[in-house]
Amino acid sequence: MSVKKFVVGCFDDEKTLFPAVKNSRKAGYKIHDVYTPFPVHGLDHAMGLRETSLHTAGFIYALTGTTTALSFMSWVFTKDWPMNIGGKPHLPLPAFIPIIFELTVLCSAVGMVLTFCYLSQLAPFVKKDHFHLRATDDLFVMPIEVTEKTNLEEVKSFLQSAGAVEVFEKEAETGWWVGRYDSDKKMFEKEEIVTA
Amino acid sequence: MSLLKYESQVREPLVDGSKTYHDVTEDICKPVEAAPSRLWWIGFIISVALLLFGVVSLYEEVVYGTGMWNLNKTIGWGWDITNFVWWVGIGHAGTLISAILLLFRQGWRTGVNRAAEAMTIFAVICAGQFPIWHMGRVWMAFFVMPYPNTRGPLWVNFNSPLLWDVFAISTYFTVSLLFWYSGLIPDMATLRDRAKKKWAKLFYGVASFGWTGSTKHWQRHESLSLVLAGLSTPLVLSVHTIVSFDFATSVIPGWHTTIFPPYFVAGAIFSGFAMVQTLMLVTRKVMHLEDYITISHIENMNKVIVLTGSIVGCAYLTELFMAWYSAVKYEQDIFFKYRIAGPYGWSYWLMMTCNVITPQLFWSKKLRRNIAFTFLMSVVVNIGMWFERFVIIVSSLYRDYLPSSWSVYYRPTIWEVGFYLGSFGLFFTCYFLFSKYFPVIAIAEIKHILKKSGESFKEAMDPLEEQTVEEFAHDHVHAH
Repeated sequence: MSVKKFVVGCFDDEKTLFPAVKNSRKAGYKIHDVYTPFPVHGLDHAMGLRETSLHTAGFIYALTGTTTALSFMSWVFTKDWPMNIGGKPHLPLPAFIPIIFELTVLCSAVGMVLTFCYLSQLAPFVKKDHFHLRATDDLFVMPIEVTEKTNLEEVKSFLQSAGAVEVFEKEAETGWWVGRYDSDKKMFEKEEIVTA
Repeated sequence: MSLLKYESQVREPLVDGSKTYHDVTEDICKPVEAAPSRLWWIGFIISVALLLFGVVSLYEEVVYGTGMWNLNKTIGWGWDITNFVWWVGIGHAGTLISAILLLFRQGWRTGVNRAAEAMTIFAVICAGQFPIWHMGRVWMAFFVMPYPNTRGPLWVNFNSPLLWDVFAISTYFTVSLLFWYSGLIPDMATLRDRAKKKWAKLFYGVASFGWTGSTKHWQRHESLSLVLAGLSTPLVLSVHTIVSFDFATSVIPGWHTTIFPPYFVAGAIFSGFAMVQTLMLVTRKVMHLEDYITISHIENMNKVIVLTGSIVGCAYLTELFMAWYSAVKYEQDIFFKYRIAGPYGWSYWLMMTCNVITPQLFWSKKLRRNIAFTFLMSVVVNIGMWFERFVIIVSSLYRDYLPSSWSVYYRPTIWEVGFYLGSFGLFFTCYFLFSKYFPVIAIAEIKHILKKSGESFKEAMDPLEEQTVEEFAHDHVHAH
């Protein structure tokens, strides 16, 4: 969670984006992220991201739902308050299936969505720095992090030659903060040093 | 490279007109950003008026009891449960389109899934009202939840299909809402980044949860959508199955049948698609989205309607056959004396006409692609499906085992009709607000399919079609 400096390259076609990603990795540039208006298949692999394990989490949540429903209903009907309903068995497994199934689905779905929001820092009133407003419209935006070793001009000319339609420098906060999009308040305001 | 994302020329483009990504954003966001039209206000005000009438009707019911609906001991389920099943059925199309068609890789779902899912959610909200207010003492509605109470604790009966319904409907509502909203987040971010007005920046800023479009987030989003689709697929089928258990596990003639689950699920998809058609045909016209909801989308949905309509017809005939074949006197009487004939015979034949006979016209390609005819049929189908539930519920109840408890004729009162109209008010109020302030088409998903199924990319495929295999191989096969 800190303010960093980036050189941002904006592409308007996947055809130029993929080679650009590949070549910047080859050149050793540190790709901060690529912001795209829609899911571009294969981009995660091109960037060398690992597979998400969100679905594994979903499976675990599902199992939690299954066991909760089964154990709770069994406990109620056999231990807590066994009822004789027309002489039917106290543990009618087939009759438990609908609720077990529903709770499995419910826990998995709710758990996965919450995990997704947590991992991706998504919530109402969460604000983040955006590199380009058209990243949610028609541009593929690739910020490259500037370190002390980076040669700014070299990165810029690299991005331009890779087919970027726009190249610019930007300082951006990499974390998130509580804020609203109709006001410009930042997490940390730069303090002006007033000298007497 | 992208040329090799080949899709057959036989398939019609899913997005008409040669669009760029930016055009897609413009086309879908424009109606959201424009001021509401006069037509919108008229529709919205009528909906709110209906909703208020529903509130008044409910006030009567809550104060004086369910007797205000003309329900009696024999016909204990009347319009209210009919409406419940009808709305739940309608609420099946959205998740079917977004989940099952996603798993089946049906690209055309992207044009209609957002609005259909919204429709699902609103329909389920409407459906939920009926059993809740039908309880009579609605302030005790929370008794259906298994919570530790001071009466023992006395738990709910987990063996009861009515309780399964509570779990099924609430799970379905929650999962549909999550599925719909997780898909909406990126599109809300698109609107946020285009917003000019202060309130729009605030609203879409809050609603988009701070979405940036990061590749990692998209990767997780894709995984989430896929798993939610996988979960929703059996969920859709389970919900109407469980609704049908409300009837099938009883011992009332006409209800006690094993074909109810598939029969109800097919009926639900049938009526749900009809409602999607009704809404989409108006939405695409009013919001000028003909390029995204094309005639081929409409034709595809009509194909689903004719298929499910035929399944439903098959179920009706099976019921009649089984009533005769079972040689159970009560079953036979219900079906042959009191359902297809008797004082409610007209509703049975109305149902047969609307659900089984008229949808067969959709075997004609010309009619499937005719917008006016499709709109008419979509309304006819939903009238038919309402009568199906009415026939099942009332015609099985009004003459049961004991002739002394027969009820000759059941007529809803103005308050029961008012409650039904109120649910329309609720549904359309929600839909009008949705269609004005939310992107009615999934922008990101359309962009995703644009380069393989958009019209301009289809045209780019033409030279490929002309090539011989040798030429094609020469141009596109690279030695690895």
